[in-house]
Amino acid sequence: MSYLSIQDLEVRLTNGTPLLRRVSLDVEPGEVRALVGESGAGKSMIGKAVLGILPRAARLTGGAILLDGENLESLSPKARRQRIGAKVALIPQDPLTALNPSRRVGPQVTDRLVDILGWKRSEAEMRALELLEEVHIQAPDRVMKAYPHELSGGMRQRILIASAFAAEPKLIIADEPTTALDVTVQKQILKLIRDMQQRHGTALLFVTHDLGVVSKIAQTLTVLYAGKVVEATDVGAFFAHPAHAYSRALLAATPKYTDPESSLTPVPGSVIAAVEGEVAAFDAELSGAGRR
Amino acid sequence: MRDARGQIRRLPGLRLWLSGGWLTFLVLAAVFAPLISPHDPLAQDLFAGRLPPVWEQGADPAYLLGTDSLGRDVLSRMLHGGRLALIVALVAGTLTCLIGASLGLIAGYYRGWADLVISRFIDIWMAFPPVLFAILLIAVIGTGLMSVIIAIVVIDWTRFARVVRAEAMSQGAMDYVASAQVAGRSRLGTALSEILPNVLPTIVALLTLEMGIAVIVEAILSFVNLSISTDQPTWGGMIAEGRTSIYQAWWVLVFPLFALFLTVLSFSQLGEGLKDHFDPVLR
Amino acid sequence: MSGMIYELKDLKVSFPDMSRKPFFGAAPRIEVLKGLTFDIPKGEVLGIVGGSGSGKSTLGRALIRLIEPDSGAIRFEGTDISHLGEDSLRPLRRRFQMIFQDPMSSLNPRRRVGGIIAGPMRLQGLDNIRGRVDEALDMVGLPRAFAARYPHELSGGQRQRVGIARAIALKPDFILADEIVSGLDVSSQAQVLNLLESLVKDLGLTLAFISHDLSVIRRLCSRILVLYKGEIVENAKTPELFANPQAEYTRTLLDAIPLPDPEQVWF
Repeated sequence: MSYLSIQDLEVRLTNGTPLLRRVSLDVEPGEVRALVGESGAGKSMIGKAVLGILPRAARLTGGAILLDGENLESLSPKARRQRIGAKVALIPQDPLTALNPSRRVGPQVTDRLVDILGWKRSEAEMRALELLEEVHIQAPDRVMKAYPHELSGGMRQRILIASAFAAEPKLIIADEPTTALDVTVQKQILKLIRDMQQRHGTALLFVTHDLGVVSKIAQTLTVLYAGKVVEATDVGAFFAHPAHAYSRALLAATPKYTDPESSLTPVPGSVIAAVEGEVAAFDAELSGAGRR
Repeated sequence: MRDARGQIRRLPGLRLWLSGGWLTFLVLAAVFAPLISPHDPLAQDLFAGRLPPVWEQGADPAYLLGTDSLGRDVLSRMLHGGRLALIVALVAGTLTCLIGASLGLIAGYYRGWADLVISRFIDIWMAFPPVLFAILLIAVIGTGLMSVIIAIVVIDWTRFARVVRAEAMSQGAMDYVASAQVAGRSRLGTALSEILPNVLPTIVALLTLEMGIAVIVEAILSFVNLSISTDQPTWGGMIAEGRTSIYQAWWVLVFPLFALFLTVLSFSQLGEGLKDHFDPVLR
Repeated sequence: MSGMIYELKDLKVSFPDMSRKPFFGAAPRIEVLKGLTFDIPKGEVLGIVGGSGSGKSTLGRALIRLIEPDSGAIRFEGTDISHLGEDSLRPLRRRFQMIFQDPMSSLNPRRRVGGIIAGPMRLQGLDNIRGRVDEALDMVGLPRAFAARYPHELSGGQRQRVGIARAIALKPDFILADEIVSGLDVSSQAQVLNLLESLVKDLGLTLAFISHDLSVIRRLCSRILVLYKGEIVENAKTPELFANPQAEYTRTLLDAIPLPDPEQVWF
């Protein structure tokens, strides 16, 4: 059974505009699935729907999210928070805004353990130190006492990774965790995420717009356009022969430094028109079948 | 690709309407006070003392909201008191804003010496306890409307200066400011055209907050008889008087208190609503 | 006059380290650029590459005199601009312009697109502003109607193009592009880079393109400068740099790039 099963998920704004159009995807235990798409495709929205942190103007209007077989929407808000707190964690995009600048780093790592899982503070602190060592932070006891602005971007991201793994979640949602980092730091962080994921056996839903990163870290991927799934397959099959025209166009647009004529082809207008057509047809079919 | 993110924004300004409504009513009442007051606010009639509001037993319909111990009409006094409250709010609030915001803008954008001097100045100034400072000031310059206004400005300008300075500093770090410099704009020009419009929503919110504070400060001062000369009715003065007869004539205290509360609340809500309205990103 | 648009000699820039400032006295300085010497020929597209802390942004800002160097010389088209005051710089400023990294913070959210593009032109006292704004929008491939919109109504790629329009509206000789595609997804990135390429050709611009990502630089730039901790570690023509990187740091940068190919041996 998949650990995370998203079935026909529909999210709309309060004024009816669709943000996610019957999205279905599965993440098996221990699997790394990449969620790929351009800005505005809705990739972050899926993560937020699972975590229960959709923006106020957005609403879940259809479909189901099953975590370890349990339908999240059928739970009370408190029970839902408990489940998510124990089983799911987030590695956010921006290490700068994800940490509270007025608090020391240590408590921020132990928060989840103490508040949601009820650990004793001393036990939580020991665990935090272990984790900081695991993410290759030197002098972890000193770092625990530091404030976020005293640390580099790469170090902050390591701390966020450490916090994510703290409660041994079964699923981690990584929302573009390396987009804000420069290329050498990105490599270190990706390696770290992969090593931790393999060591702890955690399932990983990795949101990104970078196909290069996808090929390094994921086993399967789902491509999104305007909130609609365009293609979902294994990584090997995808890069060898992508099925959908939009997928092919995305690949063509990704620069490859080994190619002297390095591709700089944006997604052609014709491809956009075609996939927009698919989206429009989908919407028409939905409203024809009546709204919920 | 269609991007729905721009549509995720806040609810329209309901509070803008409600607070604006009360304040408009207040302004009209204040402006037309002499015309619409049923009685002279200063006229005493000891035989008509402590009459309750018109819906209570034993009331006199000539005095809609009742009278105080000296037989003065509460409604008329409230209308005139409202007038004073508004004058203080508008004048003191605006002056405080102009002085404080300008200094804050200079300190926050120009940095360097200006910031050093202005910041130290603010720190030293804020070390004085405000209420004592006001009382001292009025003891020196005497009572009266101008004194009240000056006292408020003198105490509160630092609030503006600190906040505006912080905003100006964060705006100054924005790339569009660097872009103006790259285009050759002078520092003053950049301050006015790039920084000020972005700091404006905060200033507006603070200004309306300040107006509410000004009204309260005036009420406090008249509570301790340091406000305008004692024959002019003020809400604070009415509250002070009403305090002594609260069991016999609760209305003398409650109505001006309620008006004070509504006014201050409206000012702050107006500020919040206007701030959102001024910010094109949130529209 | 030489064919060089920029000549830099021993450029040094440092910043005060405010976190270690003693109570009395000046803060110790951090050396960000440690004596750079290089030239930029007219019409070249130069790539400036390095990680965070390499000093590349500082170098860019020194080139267009947003900051003043501590020592060393910057000559622009023969004129020494290293320590000129704002008044002397102002007339020169229309000849070197900048495009910024973050389209969110480089466009004033309170101004409309037309006003943003027109700003520098008004400052320099040009005429027919309306016409020039339209021309700039045409050149970056945006509809003229966008002049009435606010930045937040545009996508990231569109905002970046407005930034480009603002920079080229003055018809400068030199443009500095500081990490202008770093926040964009691949399609917008490709559009912006293609646009830049054609603008360089059509307007005869000299371009310095700062980035931390070598793969983005490959087709655009004819020569690449690699910076590491405030020093130039490699200065080579593009094909040579990729074929035969000399500096160890260059090799580190190349190895760090994830190609969209699952077969690549990367970790």
